[in-house]
Amino acid sequence: MRRIITATVQNRSGVLNRITGLLQKRQFNIESISVGRTEVEGVSKITIVVDVDASQKLEQVTKQLNKQIDVLKVSDITDKAIVARELALIKIVSNSQLRAEIQGIIEPFRAIVIDVSKDSLSIQVTGKSEKVEALIDLLRPYGIKELARTGLTAFQRGQQPQALQENNSFSLLN
Amino acid sequence: MVKTKIKYEDQEQVVKKTPKTGADLLIESLIDAEVDTLFGYPGGAVLPIFDALYKVKESFNQVLARHEQGSIHAAEGYARVSGKPGVVIATSGPGATNLVTGIADAMMDSLPLVVFTGQVAQGVIGTDAFQEADVMGITTPITKQNYQVRSIKDLPRVVKEAFHIASTGRPGPVVVDIPKDLAANPCEDHYDTDFNLPGYQPTIKPNPIQIKKIGEVLATAKKPVILTGAGIVISKASEEIKAFVEEHQIPVASTLLGLGAFPGEHPLFLGMAGMHGTYAANKAIYECDVLINIGARFDDRLTGNLDHFAPSAIVAHIDIDPAEIGKNVTTHIPVVADAKLALNKMLKQIKATGDYGEWVEHVERNKQNFPLWYNNPETDMIAQWVIDQVYKTTKGDAIVTTDVGQHQMWSAQYYKFNKPNRWVTSGGLGTMGFGFPAAIGAQLAAPDDTVVAIVGDGGFQMTLQELSILQERGLPVKIIIVNNAALGMVRQWQEKFYEKRYSESVFSIQPDFVKLAEAYNIKGAKIDNQADLAKKLPELIAYDGPVLIDCRVLQQENVYPMIAPGKGIHEMIGVKP
Repeated sequence: MRRIITATVQNRSGVLNRITGLLQKRQFNIESISVGRTEVEGVSKITIVVDVDASQKLEQVTKQLNKQIDVLKVSDITDKAIVARELALIKIVSNSQLRAEIQGIIEPFRAIVIDVSKDSLSIQVTGKSEKVEALIDLLRPYGIKELARTGLTAFQRGQQPQALQENNSFSLLN
Repeated sequence: MVKTKIKYEDQEQVVKKTPKTGADLLIESLIDAEVDTLFGYPGGAVLPIFDALYKVKESFNQVLARHEQGSIHAAEGYARVSGKPGVVIATSGPGATNLVTGIADAMMDSLPLVVFTGQVAQGVIGTDAFQEADVMGITTPITKQNYQVRSIKDLPRVVKEAFHIASTGRPGPVVVDIPKDLAANPCEDHYDTDFNLPGYQPTIKPNPIQIKKIGEVLATAKKPVILTGAGIVISKASEEIKAFVEEHQIPVASTLLGLGAFPGEHPLFLGMAGMHGTYAANKAIYECDVLINIGARFDDRLTGNLDHFAPSAIVAHIDIDPAEIGKNVTTHIPVVADAKLALNKMLKQIKATGDYGEWVEHVERNKQNFPLWYNNPETDMIAQWVIDQVYKTTKGDAIVTTDVGQHQMWSAQYYKFNKPNRWVTSGGLGTMGFGFPAAIGAQLAAPDDTVVAIVGDGGFQMTLQELSILQERGLPVKIIIVNNAALGMVRQWQEKFYEKRYSESVFSIQPDFVKLAEAYNIKGAKIDNQADLAKKLPELIAYDGPVLIDCRVLQQENVYPMIAPGKGIHEMIGVKP
């Protein structure tokens, strides 16, 4: 199953290495990972999408991450009410005749054209991974020259529905 | 420049008074951390540090091993026996990479180490400079935490943090990588050492609700067993475990590293469990209805096939490391806590209401009927008998160190430890060459105790260069080489599982270990029969100085009982008929 795990960490050299290293050592496949600074100085947030096959293994990922000295908090937010977004840059083969047609395709996705050249067009799209996938699939027939994706970044919504909040505790302390 | 005269031994030297450097600051930090023994090996990148050490020679007991691996295993032995962090200093590049085995070993066996490595100067880091290695990258997966100091103002704080992290919670190795320029350059007198580790707050107090649950299952249990692990030794909870076991009359099985946590000669002690555990201990775990694991991590060598491990038990697991709970064995009552605090709470909160009389009779019958056993030949020696003799001669009171393999398992089986911190072995990583240097560290930590290094002829040859230290430091370590001219455990597996194809496991040539000892100015003895050993061992153990005893034992002996790989804990072979 695909899980979205967020970790807030001390922004210290080697932290990312320690986290990816431990995931690799314990044989967890990283689907995507994104890192950036947060509202607190010296604290970064890592969003990891991992593929795990058993809940016992999932518990191990969160515990092993939590165990790291520089990791402040680990949450598996997959089953929570979350906002999750990624950004993709897609460069496709295009010419002046095709531009309008492509514009028509990307508009419902709220994607925008960010660069135009004689024979190519660069598009920026943000959203859930599924939406990004869908747009990529639609654009593929035109010929994708280059594709870059940031990977997912996510956090919990301001308000959580009551029922969902209960079933995601892996704490041993209660 | 002010010139002061420092008198050292016979030579008079003139040392220029120089401004304080990063290296001086490091030394001050070590003194603040109450370090008394240093296992260091000099080299280019740590020249400033060793220069600073030279000026404060009397502050530390500095031990120069002959290989960095020797330094770190000695530090591990020191840590295991003293309970304090072992401190190692090595140079950059090869100095640091030679420590890797010891760091990984300490990580697996939860030993507190603070390891300082020199690094090339900051200006050339990343340029593949002479003796540069990516120590941070190499040691990340095998350390509890690692640091590269990049600003001198961080150094005292980092050192303080390193000692704190290494020795609290679940102990482990911490590496501090120090670029040469930081150590060499002048610095200010004082920097702030306050640290804040919001991501590191180990839970040490047990949740009373969980302790209550243990009480509830014990009240209705018929066949409970306690499994003692190294966590009890680390948290110094031997008194507490003994009190709890005696009050409740629950039989005890131990892990390899837990030996000594509970008295080995106690009537309720069933022995070590696991691959080469006793019949009584393994059978008790297989049959029990409640299993209370205190400070063990359910290692695969203990559990065997997980499907058959304590199959009908309610499992309670007390561990300071939450990640260990539920990792291998499904746990019904998780308790994240320090073993001592948990046991204290259990003593207070859980009253002895259960009646396990029948069960105790049953497991003790197993203990009587199926003890560890060996067929002793007429005159030749076998390793089991040799270790039994060592046990009897030292009255079970020696500090024993081992490598990994047959001699280790036989030591665990036949040497009964009644006290904690006297059993120093490489458990998780299973490191050959560990035992002898570890004995050096153990002897330094406990100068008045008898320290016996029981080592294999294979493992000893991996780190025998440390013989130099014994005479140099006047350490009366007793080395017992269990010499079967083979890599015994490899040979055993080849015999059992590879149709006796003894691929590279039997030595065709052996050094003359006695001459080797003499080359290092150490008393050596070669013994190849029972009568000789029985006669000479007491005086060799009592000898006031280091001794190497080359015990020639029969090669074909195997360690039994044994759980074959993939088999359950109840499927032992080689149980006493």
